[in-house]
Amino acid sequence: MATIGGQLGLAYAFVEREVALSKRYWAWELVWLVYGVVTSLSVAYIGLAAPTIAGGVADPAAVSRFVLYLLVGTITWRFLGLIFEQMGETIAWERWEGTIEYTFMAPVPRLTHLVGMCGATLVRALGFSVAILAAVTLFVPVDLSHADIAAALVLLATGAVAFIGLAIGSAVFPLLWTEKGLQMAYIVQAVVLLVSGVYYPTSVLPVWMQALSVVSPATYVIRGMRAALLDGADVAAVWPDLWPALLVGAISIPVGLRVFLWAERHAKRTGRLKRSG
Amino acid sequence: MAIEIRETTRDQTRADLRIALEACAVRKIFRPARGLGAGGVAVRAVDDVSLTVRRGEIYGLLGANGSGKSTLIRVFSTLLTADAGEVRIFGYDIVRDELAVKRLINRVSVEASFFKKLSAMENLIYAGRLYGVAPDEARPKIREILRRLGIDPRRVSEPLEKLSRGMQQKIAIARAFLTSPMLLLLDEPTTGLDIRSKREVQTFVRDLRDEHDATILLTTHDLDEAARLADRIGILHQGRLVAEGSASELCARHGTGSLEEVFMTVTGRRLDESDDTGGGAGTE
Ligand SMILES: Nc1ncnc2c1ncn2[C@@H]1O[C@H](COP(=O)(O)OP(=O)(O)O)[C@@H](O)[C@H]1O
Ligand SMILES: [Mg+2]
Repeated sequence: MATIGGQLGLAYAFVEREVALSKRYWAWELVWLVYGVVTSLSVAYIGLAAPTIAGGVADPAAVSRFVLYLLVGTITWRFLGLIFEQMGETIAWERWEGTIEYTFMAPVPRLTHLVGMCGATLVRALGFSVAILAAVTLFVPVDLSHADIAAALVLLATGAVAFIGLAIGSAVFPLLWTEKGLQMAYIVQAVVLLVSGVYYPTSVLPVWMQALSVVSPATYVIRGMRAALLDGADVAAVWPDLWPALLVGAISIPVGLRVFLWAERHAKRTGRLKRSG
Repeated sequence: MAIEIRETTRDQTRADLRIALEACAVRKIFRPARGLGAGGVAVRAVDDVSLTVRRGEIYGLLGANGSGKSTLIRVFSTLLTADAGEVRIFGYDIVRDELAVKRLINRVSVEASFFKKLSAMENLIYAGRLYGVAPDEARPKIREILRRLGIDPRRVSEPLEKLSRGMQQKIAIARAFLTSPMLLLLDEPTTGLDIRSKREVQTFVRDLRDEHDATILLTTHDLDEAARLADRIGILHQGRLVAEGSASELCARHGTGSLEEVFMTVTGRRLDESDDTGGGAGTE
């Protein structure tokens, strides 16, 4: 059981469970999907209408670039946001289902549990993002002729890693505060959205917000994605945006895990895991 | 089973395999949260409890609502950390050897903790995986257990929320049993069930013990159930273990004819009075 294979088998239990849950809650999954498509499409239409809204005439190439600029932001954010939400809800969801004690009593090392949840989360986030991108391209012309897809994929993978650490950290809130923990996690996510330059360059933000954007891995991932997809920057060219995201991942995953284990011990000492019965 | 036992002895030095669980001076106090809107008093949920459960035994913890039964079970199942005291399960310390302990135990709680939208089969397959039982191995075992519990095989793929409380509780016990625990912790397994389901669950618990090498620690606030199922009974009152013995020993010791009278004598109240609301001796 101590082998890597055995642990992967245990981790797979969580992937299988999440897939089964997605199927049973398909109507909600449909809601999130429609919501994602509509949001991204609306943002794309803002881009297309920009000359009209601003009351000027613009060169079609510039408009097309603007649309892609917005789309890269919204879809990348959706991808990272899904990771953040699902990992962040790891605890809250199981508490709501009433299964939290069962899961925490199982002979599964916490690392294996979280690896399984990350796997499930990545599968779902990737599926959603691809579906949204496909749906949007049906309505809005997307010009990817200058794109460096390889660099974009490397950035996305790095972003996922960087977000997993943060998401594990934010899953801790509901462990510590049974009542308001999930709300706190959502506030953190909203602030990250604001400061990461999802729809605009971070340079337009007030200086104190820019300080926050420096620590958000999403800032680097989204900026790098734009360079790769709009200007065809290759992996070497996006390196200045790649390493900070890698660094955040390298720091936040071990720290997030430590914090999680600490919070679990705290919850078991104070009776926060669950109370009733 | 024999192999498991031998494996167990190898890592344990002073372990006596005739003892399934040994608790020494366990204490758990819940303190109110500090900070915003703090208030309330600390509750001594478990107060200096020592008990021993022998291997193969059904030990019944009897106590009113709020007497600390669930808290004690949570401590034994590694879900709560005791403030003081020591607990060993088949020789493993529940804090230091947490993972080893988790492999040996399973717990069924009052509320069936399932993924409500998943089917019985999906829930059980998931449970099997968590304990290292592969689906191919688990599936026939699950069918067999459910058949014995009298659950219609056609219902195993329905979402669990569609099944009755009684059925859910049976499936919860089936789930615990699927992982072949050496020690099964049942926290009020029959509370809230109708008479018929109650009897079925009780019979199943007895059969489990008789046919398999399982040790069972169950809590109840039902005198009949304690008398019917338990080889030995411990009476918990405001977090303290106030009496212990077989039903006949307890009656003889207190010179009474029924367990009900024993309960009245040692706790000074009736079983259906909650420990939460009375006296407040459990708080500090
Ligand atoms: N997680 C918890 N946080 C705070 N108090 C708790 C918690 N769990 C139980 N209690 C309190 O501890 C006491 C014993 O509860 P419990 O062990 O659930 O009793 P029983 O299972 O015998 O009904 C009660 O006063 C209860 O309110
Ligand atoms: Mg209870």
